[in-house]
Amino acid sequence: MQSNHNLVYSGAEFDQDCWATVCQVKNRFDPDVRERLSSPEVLPEIRHLKTSHPIVYVGTGTCGLGAGAGKTLQVIRKYLTENQIAAEVIEVGCIGLCVEEPIVEIQMPGRQRVAFRKVTADKTVALLDSILKNGQIPAENIIGQHRSAELKAWLGVNYIDEHPFFAPQTRWVLANCGIVNPVDITEYIARGGYRGMITAISQMTRTEVCRTILDSGLRGRGGGGFSTGRKWQMALDTPGEQKYFICNADEGDPGAFMDRAVIEGDPFRLLEGLAIGAYAIGASKAYIYIRAEYPLAITRLKETIRQAKQLGLLGHNILDKGFNLDIIIKKGAGAFVCGEETALINSIEGKRGMPRPRPPYPSVSGLFGKPTVINNVETLANIPEIIARGPNWFNAIGTERSKGTKVFALSGKINRTGLVEVAMGTQIRDIIFNIGGGIPNGKKFKAVQIGGPSGGCLIDQHLDIEVDYENLIKVGAMMGSGGMVVMDEGTCMVDVAKFFMDFIQRESCGKCIPCREGTRRMLEILQRITRSRRNETGNDALERFKGIMYLNRLSQVIKDTSLCGLGKSAPNPVLGTLRWFRAEYEAHIFERRCPAGVCTELLHYEINTEKCIGCTLCAKNCPAGAILGNPKTPHYIVADKCIGCGTCVDVCRSKAVTVK
Amino acid sequence: MINITVNDRVVKANPGEYILSVLKREGIRVPTLCNLPDLFPSGACRLCVVEIEGMSGLIPSCAYPVAEGMKIKTHTPRAIRARKTIVELLCANHPDDCLFCVRNGNCDLQNLAEELGVRERRYSGNKSEHKIDTSSPSIVRDPNKCVLCGKCVRVCEEIQGVSAIDFVKRGSLAYISPEFNEGLNVSTCINCGQCVAVCPTGALREQSSLKEVTDALNHPEKVVIIQHAPSVSVTLGEEFGLKSGSDVMGIMTAAFRRLGFDRVFDTSFSADLTIMEEAAELVERIKTGGTLPMMTSCSPGWIKYVEQFYPEFIPNISSCKSPQQMLGSIIKSYYAEKQGIEPYRIFNVSIMPCTAKKFEAERPEMALDGIPNIDAVLTTRELARLIRMRGLDLRSLEPEGADTPFGERSSAGKLFGVSGGVMEAALRTAYFMLTGNELEVERIKPLRGLDGIKEFQVNIAGLEVGVAAVSGLGNARKLLEQIKKGRKDLHFIEVMTCPGGCINGGGQPYTTNPENVRARMKALYEIDRDATLRTSHGNKDIQRLYKEYLEKPLGHKSHQLLHTHYKSRKK
Repeated sequence: MQSNHNLVYSGAEFDQDCWATVCQVKNRFDPDVRERLSSPEVLPEIRHLKTSHPIVYVGTGTCGLGAGAGKTLQVIRKYLTENQIAAEVIEVGCIGLCVEEPIVEIQMPGRQRVAFRKVTADKTVALLDSILKNGQIPAENIIGQHRSAELKAWLGVNYIDEHPFFAPQTRWVLANCGIVNPVDITEYIARGGYRGMITAISQMTRTEVCRTILDSGLRGRGGGGFSTGRKWQMALDTPGEQKYFICNADEGDPGAFMDRAVIEGDPFRLLEGLAIGAYAIGASKAYIYIRAEYPLAITRLKETIRQAKQLGLLGHNILDKGFNLDIIIKKGAGAFVCGEETALINSIEGKRGMPRPRPPYPSVSGLFGKPTVINNVETLANIPEIIARGPNWFNAIGTERSKGTKVFALSGKINRTGLVEVAMGTQIRDIIFNIGGGIPNGKKFKAVQIGGPSGGCLIDQHLDIEVDYENLIKVGAMMGSGGMVVMDEGTCMVDVAKFFMDFIQRESCGKCIPCREGTRRMLEILQRITRSRRNETGNDALERFKGIMYLNRLSQVIKDTSLCGLGKSAPNPVLGTLRWFRAEYEAHIFERRCPAGVCTELLHYEINTEKCIGCTLCAKNCPAGAILGNPKTPHYIVADKCIGCGTCVDVCRSKAVTVK
Repeated sequence: MINITVNDRVVKANPGEYILSVLKREGIRVPTLCNLPDLFPSGACRLCVVEIEGMSGLIPSCAYPVAEGMKIKTHTPRAIRARKTIVELLCANHPDDCLFCVRNGNCDLQNLAEELGVRERRYSGNKSEHKIDTSSPSIVRDPNKCVLCGKCVRVCEEIQGVSAIDFVKRGSLAYISPEFNEGLNVSTCINCGQCVAVCPTGALREQSSLKEVTDALNHPEKVVIIQHAPSVSVTLGEEFGLKSGSDVMGIMTAAFRRLGFDRVFDTSFSADLTIMEEAAELVERIKTGGTLPMMTSCSPGWIKYVEQFYPEFIPNISSCKSPQQMLGSIIKSYYAEKQGIEPYRIFNVSIMPCTAKKFEAERPEMALDGIPNIDAVLTTRELARLIRMRGLDLRSLEPEGADTPFGERSSAGKLFGVSGGVMEAALRTAYFMLTGNELEVERIKPLRGLDGIKEFQVNIAGLEVGVAAVSGLGNARKLLEQIKKGRKDLHFIEVMTCPGGCINGGGQPYTTNPENVRARMKALYEIDRDATLRTSHGNKDIQRLYKEYLEKPLGHKSHQLLHTHYKSRKK
């Protein structure tokens, strides 16, 4: 599958014929752009295959910026000015290897592009000195060089496509991410962009487009996995003057950032997919519903929409085929529930983001009561290539019922956190241990939460299952939007369940009773389990046991009766952890201890009398006055007074305090 | 028609119909807290869930359409357990103060807990705490008792087009509030009380004036005079187990005397008076080229609505006070003079189907020399509470007649209680004023019924008069927008704030059954049908009042006592 990913640095196929049809369209096109794209000499330049000056690429996606890419960028610019080096600086999106950010890539004229890791501001000058001044690739901090037939390789430098993080991936959606200038439409086109849209609009009927997507077997990447082609067909079949297409970019799962990375790194792919979708169902207005917490993504989207409009690839009478499309960016206030399609529709309509009952489904009566299709970012990013290359190209990989690739956001206790795209059917073990590089600090793998709070956790015995929609559901998880949070043996599963329940009960819209009231009680039951006897008053101990008795019943009712997906899957974090980690729950409940040592209130502190030298530090620092003892004699902790803060452990110089 | 199976029995259903409406028709009761007839289902409470063969989860019957061959089970152990759990969850966040609650014995949540056999506190934990909002003269909001069924929000937005309240915050922190969590008194609330009428618990209730009234009754020097709105006599019976639409006029009058009221008058009398003034005003506007269409002013929720949202239509509103205020005003002037009672000793109580009337009575415009026309307004429900508190048995009372000089009323005045009634009464009199002949009642029958907008053209003395009767302010908004866009064929518009008119007012006995409202309407039209005096101008007491005191409609005294003006509240 290696040939499928674009890290092989030759650029995707650019179709001159296809491009020629666009250029014929009146004089709408900026003549300059038309000329440049039509010239065989300039094309390689646009694709950065030919360059007369050095190019410095800086990953300035949100993850890069978070790691300090902004400062790195400043240092680079200052360095180039001060040294009067005529190098081009290009800001690119995230290449996926977030843990190594800030990533800087440098391409010398005629040579292959090399990626460097962790180029923080303090290391930048040394790196630039070495390459730009001395023409030497430093020995350290190399991720790898991009393979390219046209450019000369650096000797002794590994190829990036052989890097363990990239090698097993199949990068279709992420093909351009971290590689191209995200806000340069010419580069996107030169790399084969807009081929799909041009083909669809100029050569295919709406039905044919829907058919192609249906045949490709593409399923919604946002959660449920409904057939995208069928969704489109349903909206196409519903009569209506006005139809809408909505791109759901309200990525809300904790630990998920696929959509953000795609929009920041390759926004034109989304626009193209959206335009094809709108064409297929006959919509003249499309919304991108994106959370306001993604300011960079919004800025880039605005810029790309402007460029696409300027080239006549968006707006009125696209390609003279009578197809109009306006794209409106609608910022969401960051409510998790607004990822649910009917709540999202309400939010766009200016109402409170609360789900409404289905049927009617949005494809029949959606936004403002009109037929509406809602697809998420990753789904739409798959569309252009499916149209350009045909359904069989797409469904050639994957499992029986899940085709193509899936992007996952790897986070948590894993060596290489980042964004990965693998073929459907890849083993989870592969993703975590090969691509992700396994668990840090030699700890043991415990579980991986897939699909965010609505999903479930998988354990050791599931590592060999092949990732696809059905397999994940079989083991109690779900594809969700593709967040993978890895947990090691130091993670308490009751604590994890508590975290997700807290999230869900806060993010429930409050409309339906089982979700609003039920999740709140479930959280309280979990809180009671992890509360120390010391902090219980009145009937608390009784309530603790009563809660446990009814936890399952409550979960079942919430699943059974809730209005939307959020509620129906709300008990999953509890049910999942309870299913695989019952013993851990029982340790909390019956033995009143937390095996992972996470739930502070359940920790028991003891002083090892053999090690204690009686320095009195612990007693002096204990905020609860729970430590007794005379100077120079071993001290003692009064368990009933201890509040479990851990100060004694921190201050003890003889390591005499133990925690159980 | 299609066939579906419910609990192993084949029943007929209309294609596209929601399951719940089939169940209702078949007499199968599944509970619901959030369903409102005729509105798009919200599916919020999940109590109406049923099992459908071949579907994995439980399905909300209120929001799921039937399909041919569907097999439904309504009371499986799984469905009942779900319902019971939901009620238990609601109880876990409820103040549990039923003994002190105005809805004690008349609460949907209480009834559900009983029906489903909730006998233990299975779930417990923190309860949400909110301040009680007593700022409004009409409505008290207690969010602690709220189950967030959302009916109040939907009625306020979808029926009334006011949107004074909405959900705020998320998850378990969610609650319903006016904007910026300020008091209802400074919100856009028009006090109509339709939210109170649909509230399943004690979270919304009327601002009660029972204490003021009982204090006045016990006051040795106060002359406590009661008046009752036209619709009250056909709804009060429901509070005492009579069937909807039973007219308890005479018994109610007897009860008022037993309760200690010194005089009993009928607001339908001043409805006749309103008609005299309003019909004269309409005739004058038509003759002198005044602002048209003229709009009625007897529904105080509607008045605040115009002041707030459509102040540009204030000149269209009739300057007549509402019948409640007219009678109050006349009692404290003409009657006080005639009886030799100082006006400040008079305590005017009115029994209204309405919570907005409480607001109206407190308006500064509704006073003469600093003495309010009306001192206390009780809703029909509060009256029932007063009767129960005093232990009166309605069945043992003999009917009695009202006091003079405001005891006689025409049945036209009685029609004020139903949407279209004011218009009908006004047309009867305006026709007489313009032609000298009586209008044939049959001709204006299209103004009757519970439709939200009723329009009609009537020829009076060669003049084509376009009239409309609307109820529910969402409908009024539609009409106002048409007029703003240039519609010119209407001369007179009757607006009732509550859908169907006062018979469905926010202060009436609780009912969830639209048939009850229909029965109340029918009762009023039957009273009119059987009456001998059917026109306001034919009312002898009215004629005497003009002769002795007011002189003529729109005269000087009338302007002083019976007319008022409004001003914009637009922010």
